[in-house]
Amino acid sequence: MREKRDLKVQAIEKGTVIDHIPAGQALNVLHILGISGDFKSTVSFVMNAQGARGKKDVVKIEGKEINVGELNKIALIAPGATVNIIRNFEVKRKYNVIIPNYIEGVLRCINPNCISNSKEPIKSKFAVLQSEEKEVFLRCVYCNSIIYENIVRHLF
Amino acid sequence: MKDFSREEIDFVLDTAEKLEPAARGLEKSRLLDGKLVALLFFEPSTRTRLSFETAVNRLGGKTINLGSVEASSVMKGENLADTIRVVSGYADVIVMRHPKDGAGRMASEFSSVPIINGGDGSVHHPTQTILDLYTIRRESHLEGLKIAMAGDLKYGRTVHSLCQALALYGADMTFVSPPELRMPPEIVRELKRQKIRVKETDSFEGIIGDVEVLYMTRVQRERFPDPEEYLKVADSLRIDAKLLKAAKPELKVLHPLPRVNEIEHDVDSTPHACYFEQAFYGVPTRMALLALVAGVIK
Ligand SMILES: [Zn+2]
Repeated sequence: MREKRDLKVQAIEKGTVIDHIPAGQALNVLHILGISGDFKSTVSFVMNAQGARGKKDVVKIEGKEINVGELNKIALIAPGATVNIIRNFEVKRKYNVIIPNYIEGVLRCINPNCISNSKEPIKSKFAVLQSEEKEVFLRCVYCNSIIYENIVRHLF
Repeated sequence: MKDFSREEIDFVLDTAEKLEPAARGLEKSRLLDGKLVALLFFEPSTRTRLSFETAVNRLGGKTINLGSVEASSVMKGENLADTIRVVSGYADVIVMRHPKDGAGRMASEFSSVPIINGGDGSVHHPTQTILDLYTIRRESHLEGLKIAMAGDLKYGRTVHSLCQALALYGADMTFVSPPELRMPPEIVRELKRQKIRVKETDSFEGIIGDVEVLYMTRVQRERFPDPEEYLKVADSLRIDAKLLKAAKPELKVLHPLPRVNEIEHDVDSTPHACYFEQAFYGVPTRMALLALVAGVIK
């Protein structure tokens, strides 16, 4: 119930609310979703909101329900994020983002000599893997380079 | 190489063995009769190119190529994807070598005909690994091999790929390198996970008498900012006939060639020298790969 009230404070009629984004990552989330100035809907976000589990960011996209496949991409930088689909000021659906096992575009390969960093008509492609310690890392499908940490730094 | 199973590797090696008499010119093969193989070498690699060209000819096929000079001028301005789309309209198989990492993988996305990756960037050199395995199988044995690999094990992709492939057969591996050029720890960890016995050392002391294959690699001067340090390291990793006196009679010395000075020329005339034969084995293994991807052997 508390959750619902929180969301209602900055209520939107319909759209998508992405909650529990690690503090400071809201802009990167928008970036991954390809949301920028020419986006049609109203987008608002709260940074460093005090949540039950510490500081967090929240993003609200009015009038648009973002598709699940798109949203799962943000799990790379916000694995604990939850998505609320709002209709008529009510949370209609709520789910946790799932780390996809394959990701296209979004990130640049760390290897400067990788074919995906040259002027070829291809998108970068990564297999998303997990170490035994459950840490997420990415392997470039082209050159096999691995991105272990600071995944955010490799966003396009 | 990681993507190959042991069964798949064995199948390629069996095929190579069947084609070996044709590779030696003792038999005539017409397997690639009427087939056109494009050799697209976007960076010079005379050795690999010659080996592929020989393989195609020994199978009765024909080659077309860019010519290494034209490769840089004619194709200037055109991206690799377009070149591949054009050439895959001409040829039945494309053999490619390219300076960018992952170029082979990308080419296969754009090609309508099979691509054989003859090396891209510093990453893949899958045909080298197959020929190394074939050499070991022909001259020694793959199962439970006692092997030492020496030289630049940190950056040497050939040895990374080889030890991962050998792990499929069970092996006892000794890595000989200076501390700064040691085998990457993640590879060692992965080998140990596969129950491979691994020993790491920085000299040949106590090693030579114990192994069945000694795989030598170059140590590149560029890896050492200090020339003195380079000389010291290069010297400690050099083998000669005297050192090999301690070896078992069946020891085989392999090297992907070209060598710099890590194998003294007096080794060439010992029964241990196997690197020229290894270079030859590149022909039957490439013949096998060509015949398999062209679908003329199934
Ligand atoms: Zn890459």
